[in-house]
Amino acid sequence: MPMTLTEKILARHAHRDSVKPGDNVWVDVDVLMTHDVCGPGTIEIFRREFGAGAKVWDRERVVIIPDHYIFTEDVYARRNIDILREFAIEQGIKNFYDVGSPNYKGVCHVALSEEGHTRPGEVLFGTDSHTCTAGAFGEFATGIGNTDAAFILGTGKLWVKVPPTMRFVFEGEIPPYLMAKDLILHIIGDIGVDGATYKAMEFAGEGISGLSVEERMTICNMAIEAGGKNGIIAPDDKAVAFVKQRTKIPFQPLYGDANAVYESVKVYKMKDLEPVVAKPHSPDNKALVREVKGTRVDRCYIGSCTGGKLEDFMAAARIFKRNNAKVETYIVPSTTEVERRLKEEKIDGETLYSIFQRAGVKISDNASCAACLGGPPDTFGRLSGDEVCISTTNRNFPGRMGSKGSQVYLASPLTVAASAVRGVITDPREFV
Amino acid sequence: MKDIIRGKAYVLCNDIDTDQIIPAQHLVYSLSDHEERKMYGRFALSSVPDSLAGLPDGHIRFVKDDTFKSEFNIIIAGKNFGCGSSREHAPIALNIAGVEAVVAESYARIHYRNVVDGGFFIPFEINQHIYKEAKTGDDIEIDVKKGILKNLSQDKEYKLQPLGDVEAILRAGSIFEYARQEGMLK
Repeated sequence: MPMTLTEKILARHAHRDSVKPGDNVWVDVDVLMTHDVCGPGTIEIFRREFGAGAKVWDRERVVIIPDHYIFTEDVYARRNIDILREFAIEQGIKNFYDVGSPNYKGVCHVALSEEGHTRPGEVLFGTDSHTCTAGAFGEFATGIGNTDAAFILGTGKLWVKVPPTMRFVFEGEIPPYLMAKDLILHIIGDIGVDGATYKAMEFAGEGISGLSVEERMTICNMAIEAGGKNGIIAPDDKAVAFVKQRTKIPFQPLYGDANAVYESVKVYKMKDLEPVVAKPHSPDNKALVREVKGTRVDRCYIGSCTGGKLEDFMAAARIFKRNNAKVETYIVPSTTEVERRLKEEKIDGETLYSIFQRAGVKISDNASCAACLGGPPDTFGRLSGDEVCISTTNRNFPGRMGSKGSQVYLASPLTVAASAVRGVITDPREFV
Repeated sequence: MKDIIRGKAYVLCNDIDTDQIIPAQHLVYSLSDHEERKMYGRFALSSVPDSLAGLPDGHIRFVKDDTFKSEFNIIIAGKNFGCGSSREHAPIALNIAGVEAVVAESYARIHYRNVVDGGFFIPFEINQHIYKEAKTGDDIEIDVKKGILKNLSQDKEYKLQPLGDVEAILRAGSIFEYARQEGMLK
């Protein structure tokens, strides 16, 4: 029976010849990731259910990455890190990227790939909805809650319902004024925030294969914003090379069958697409940038797992190279690796870091999730009043960035940078 | 699991996301500490915009200031309830605030799974726009076995969707209890 890429991965991990949408199967888990928000709760359930002296099923396959509330004076948030540290020591978990240590990385979804924990053909679960990011490497990756994560910690297995696959094909090469964020915001706007609930979203076509691995991560990251179970892109040479550079662990890529059955296929022509935003207060509240241009903004924000990667800052720096920010603009590198490269990568001989500084942008010294999800009141860049913010983050439901009185627009790093320069929402085609 | 749930309705609209259910800044309290745990109840649904908090009129607090429990134990909502993050704190917060059942047109996938796996409340689905008819404060009775919701204040009756396979997990109390009963775990 022909299968999609998602079906093939689940079949292999369920030790079956084939699976079909709707089947409930128990799968072996390759990697379980948890972080500071959901890790302590997961550990508590693990101890309660498997006993105080229980050991995790495989200490090599558990990855713990504190990233959400790291640089805060909040005592409860700091206690969460202590709980993770104690657990990592007790269990001998070496893939623990501890805050304040040279091993600290930053945002889990970006750190996972930088450290080689995302591998084609594998199954990755994480206690964060944006775990679907890792689908960019041709693996089945999805978010779960604490109870499911505790179950995996003890058993290395989880049951999943095999999702039907929705396929999205992008024809043509991506033009210089569009970014991955535009592509995924187009899709979410078209199908709605529940348009892919219980389904796999597979992205394909020349427009996707032409993208860098980082940009592919941005697309898969936001599958959850359409309710998707996972986002996935078939692994090509680019993705395989990226992974091989970062891990010695062997992996076997899988590919969907040519005659696989998709629940739906939607084709986009790159030349017909324009820069878009998601207006407040939902990621599916789509508008073309030119329809909302001129809207006053108080703040611009470039950061997060979906908008704080090196490529995102390269794009923004292209605009800040010759233009200063007119409104308060915040930049938060997703990982320490990205933070380091801001000071190394150059445009016309000037580092990105210097370009941003000269443009009057506030750069966080600490890689983390920062204001993407609000967090404690002392979080860098957090909204606190009725600000209008345009952001490269992935979610703009009421209160998401810290204040339910605020309004958040989601957009590509190019659109956010262009808007920072004008002080109003601006089409990046005026600069690119 | 109760066979009959009685109480008062709190009515919400479509796409109630997990940040509205429990804002991220509150995800730091310990669930094993009795006093800290109560804070999840206190801030349950605290980020729903005021005009949409308790429909149709809005501006009704789900949990009053300086209290930890809600006077409403049944939530009625539209589609895609619990969209957004994977935080299990969301169904836990509703549970701590005293929610026994949510009746929505549909649920976000991870949230639904969290609700069932932890047995935090009964997530009923309904294929009618009941949230447009019910009023916050209405007296509600749900017959869990028969899958019938009665709005006693409006003298209306609705058929709920069958719980299907998840009923066994909800009756067991959690995915762990269920797995033990089925012999999957010792």
